[in-house]
Amino acid sequence: MAKKILFIEDESALQKTFGEILQQEGYQVLSALDGEAGLEKAQTEKPDLILLDLVLPKMHGFEVLKALKKDEATENIPIIVLTNLETMDDVEKALELGATTYLVKTNYTLEEVVQKIKKTLGE
Amino acid sequence: MNFKDILNELNVVGNCRKYGISIWQCPQFLFVIMGIVIIATSLTTYALGTRYVADPDMVSLIVLAITVVLFVITFSMTRSMEGLAEANRLKSEFVSIVSHQLRSPLSNLKWAIEFLLSGRLGEVAVKQGEYFKILKENATRMEELVADLLIVSRLEQSRFPLNKSAFSLPDLVKEVISAFEPAAQSAHLELKLEAANSLPQAWADVLRIKMVIENFLDNAIRYTKDSGEIKITIKPKGKNLLFVIQDKGVGIPKEDQKRIFQKFFRSKNIMRYQTSGSGLGLFIAKSLAEKSGGKVGFQSQENKGSMFWFTIPIK
Repeated sequence: MAKKILFIEDESALQKTFGEILQQEGYQVLSALDGEAGLEKAQTEKPDLILLDLVLPKMHGFEVLKALKKDEATENIPIIVLTNLETMDDVEKALELGATTYLVKTNYTLEEVVQKIKKTLGE
Repeated sequence: MNFKDILNELNVVGNCRKYGISIWQCPQFLFVIMGIVIIATSLTTYALGTRYVADPDMVSLIVLAITVVLFVITFSMTRSMEGLAEANRLKSEFVSIVSHQLRSPLSNLKWAIEFLLSGRLGEVAVKQGEYFKILKENATRMEELVADLLIVSRLEQSRFPLNKSAFSLPDLVKEVISAFEPAAQSAHLELKLEAANSLPQAWADVLRIKMVIENFLDNAIRYTKDSGEIKITIKPKGKNLLFVIQDKGVGIPKEDQKRIFQKFFRSKNIMRYQTSGSGLGLFIAKSLAEKSGGKVGFQSQENKGSMFWFTIPIK
């Protein structure tokens, strides 16, 4: 069965691009446009991986991260933070809260992000 | 400071106009007024005290009244300085917010173009591909400019923590050189590195020093028009390591040499070769090297080439 990836990101342009490329790679992609919806989907759908933006409406990415790591049902899901915040403080905080990888959007090409996702899923 | 600079400083009204505030809020103008008031009052009190007013109480009252006037002027001066400082802060904040806001649409744009170019959405016709590449290059250029602006605004707001560690400068330079090798080859340039054996380790923020080297190397390649070589040497110098990069490029005209480290400054002769730079590279390089405890300098001759150097502390 196809692995499920949940993409929590409020930019619909990115939802479309990643939705399509990850589907081409054989994944099932779920999308959430704000933090609250993202957390809810993570709890009900139990994805294999979560791509998480930090600046999100309704609930900040850090809060989502915290809640995901607190919940037994979701604490083991690997989380890739994909954001344009790039200060050391943000990176350290995200990793401390349990993010698996931290990617700054401007520093990576689309293919590189896809490779990181595959690697995190152990493929 | 030469004579011309002093004259410039004295042009108070002109300087105040530059700030775009009213003359009564301009610190320089108020300072002159205060000076005049102080001189005038000392003279009048002296004259009054010695010639006309025999009553010491009266003189004290006059002095008191004048002190109040001075106090008001000083107060208004500090207020206006606060205003200027605030305006400066708002400017940095504005740059920071705008750059952050530009980043998201730029990433969306860049990735969408990469997706198109990858052929995953169907084969791209050669002609189309050429235009997609133009889009991609320009998105990248905007991204680089935004990144530079963000660094500048962080430097100005002193929000620029350094993560110092010990590292090998020659190894870092080799890494940067290999990243620039394709650009150098297409410009028919040879990049050479000369480093003394067993150099001590450098002590600084690797990522920031890497940016300094990248800036210098990028400039050297960009502004060397005929094929040739760019030579980098690294050697110890007292308690520092000295990095020198020498090119045989277009050089910097004498009249521009004083200003090349200024923000947004671009020399007239390089505008002929390359109009796309932001004028931030050298400003950033200098600030970063100095923040790391080093120094920066250069020698240049128009049409002969330039030699840029910086130092960083050793461990």
